[in-house]
Amino acid sequence: MTNLDIWTYSVVGFTFAMYIGIAIWARAGSTGEFYVAGGGVHPVANGMATGADWMSAASFISMAGLIAFNGYGASVFLMGWTGGYVLLALLLAPYLRKFGKFTVPEFIGDRYYSQTARIVAVICLILASITYVIGQMKGIGVAFSRFLETSYEMGLYIGMGIVAIYAVLGGMKGITYTQIAQYVVLILAYTIPAIFISLSLTGNPVPQIGLGGSYAPGGGEMSLLAKLDQVVTDLGFKEYTTQVMGSSLNMFAYTLSLMIGTAGLPHVIIRFFTVPKVRDARYSAGWALVFIALLYTTAPAVGAMARLNLMDTIQVGPIGSEEGNLLYADRPEWFKKWEATGLLQFEDKNDDGRIQYYNDQNEAFAEKAESFGWKGNEMVKVDRDIMVLANPEIAGLPNWVIALVVAGGLAAALSTAAGLLLAISSAISHDLLKGVFMPRISEKAELNAGRLSMVGAILVAGYLGLNPPGFAAGTVAIAFGLAAASIFPALMMGIFMKRMNNAGAIAGMIAGIGVTLLYVFQHKGIFFIPGTSFLAPEMGMGADWFFGISPNAFGVVGAAVNFGVAFIVAAVTAPPPEHIQHLVEDVRVPRGAGEAVGH
Amino acid sequence: MTPDNRAAYWKSNLRLLAILLIFWFVVPFVFGIILVEPLNTIQLGGYPLGFWFAQQGSIYVFLVIIFVYARSMSRLDKKFDVDES
Repeated sequence: MTNLDIWTYSVVGFTFAMYIGIAIWARAGSTGEFYVAGGGVHPVANGMATGADWMSAASFISMAGLIAFNGYGASVFLMGWTGGYVLLALLLAPYLRKFGKFTVPEFIGDRYYSQTARIVAVICLILASITYVIGQMKGIGVAFSRFLETSYEMGLYIGMGIVAIYAVLGGMKGITYTQIAQYVVLILAYTIPAIFISLSLTGNPVPQIGLGGSYAPGGGEMSLLAKLDQVVTDLGFKEYTTQVMGSSLNMFAYTLSLMIGTAGLPHVIIRFFTVPKVRDARYSAGWALVFIALLYTTAPAVGAMARLNLMDTIQVGPIGSEEGNLLYADRPEWFKKWEATGLLQFEDKNDDGRIQYYNDQNEAFAEKAESFGWKGNEMVKVDRDIMVLANPEIAGLPNWVIALVVAGGLAAALSTAAGLLLAISSAISHDLLKGVFMPRISEKAELNAGRLSMVGAILVAGYLGLNPPGFAAGTVAIAFGLAAASIFPALMMGIFMKRMNNAGAIAGMIAGIGVTLLYVFQHKGIFFIPGTSFLAPEMGMGADWFFGISPNAFGVVGAAVNFGVAFIVAAVTAPPPEHIQHLVEDVRVPRGAGEAVGH
Repeated sequence: MTPDNRAAYWKSNLRLLAILLIFWFVVPFVFGIILVEPLNTIQLGGYPLGFWFAQQGSIYVFLVIIFVYARSMSRLDKKFDVDES
């Protein structure tokens, strides 16, 4: 066992022992504790738990990689995933807390006085949460495959096992306190390497300032971002600070979809049912964003600096010079390790024993590359998801930092998976089983049913994790589209439009989610199964035929369809009964909020 | 807590929401996306300004919006006598 192995096993082993210890200590004894942690969580503590619940494998592992390779274009994730908290804090959280029930479908069912609405909401919730959980599974697979040096599949099976033990034990009460511990682990794991790297590249320990600082190894005359722009464009890649994702319209739609989707994600919303008061729900959303912003404002620095380090590692001298490229035989240790996982692949196309990494899709650069004797990009695979995990090794940081990053990635994936599984299991056991099919079920039986449905959800997510539809962040973005198109509009209209009725809300949700799924599946395959995509590009309906909006950015269109259909249907059907209008008035004022209750 | 002050409270709330949501929209979408190119001609340290809004500034503005909202609402709750005991 190497020194790094010992560090990694110790750090990861210690954190796992801590999570399981907390989960046992805070085990749920009642449904109130299982669903909403008894309703007594301090707003700052809930903010921290929300941070961990929210920041997933996508945020921790994938986002910096997406930023590294998409530059400015990846701003959609930064703005979208934080701006949603404004909508959540201003439009939903305080009112749903006042309503004071256990689940999101429960609000929709009561507000729209309809079991059908409740069931439609459950289906939307499960679709969105399952898609979201796939991203976590992928993240766990990547972290484990690196950590145990196993295959991705083996990593995934191990991850599923750990999540199963962990989520079934926890309940919301256990999950809350575990998530607080997981937040601490993941934020340390994220910021410590960032500080080291920022210090070495810019001389400034604060990554948020370092990214706007000067490139210190170059003598300090040039800013880091200008240096990065130069390095990537010299090799035929797009300029880092200006490259857009699709088009400006696509970025606009993508950002808005992520914002609305964030506000509509049930596993985030239910976290605000755990605080004592309406006032706490407002502040708690602010605290959640404080803890999230710590990572989200660091990520752009991590992405940019990782990209610069990667390019510098391979392109060691002037471009086109005899010895300008790294000899494959001289490749660093981290390179070999990631090759073993299959996530990094090299192919010596021109048999010169050196690594050429450039953009061979760029026609303007092709002639130049040919004159150097380059025969195509030889880094045939650089998986974006490895950037954060490989970053400390690329920067040559000590082994304990690398071990901490592995633990942080796992903390991020586990905490989010647990939150999602709770949202899914509470929808099945509380909304479907107790709410619809077996209203007389005992509390103990309901608890057991919740735990059983968690196990089922893990198996489904694991299967889809083995056939992942894209990068972890890309998969997650689809979940956001679904939440944006179904749940957010139904909740918002329920609070802000007294006139919205059962028929309007149901028609709106079905139309919104229907149009979004159609757009995603026609491109990505039905339930992401390869080869089942329809309306092929040959028919003039490619991936982004609708005004160039990519499937991941389509949620906002789905939301607009939902609102539109709901308005029209509500206008021609009977207004909601008087007691529902009183309920809406009551939800709008804070006075009289009690603890969350189950019926 | 009369029906009248409930209605007045709701109206004040909606006015506050409208103002804050304008900031929520303008900073990321206008500064960070629509006007990003002209803003990038201005430098903020080593950051092109538009790029800074898209990757840093928006997030700071979101934080300010939420805390301003939470404080203002606590005040409105008291003023209209609808606060929690």
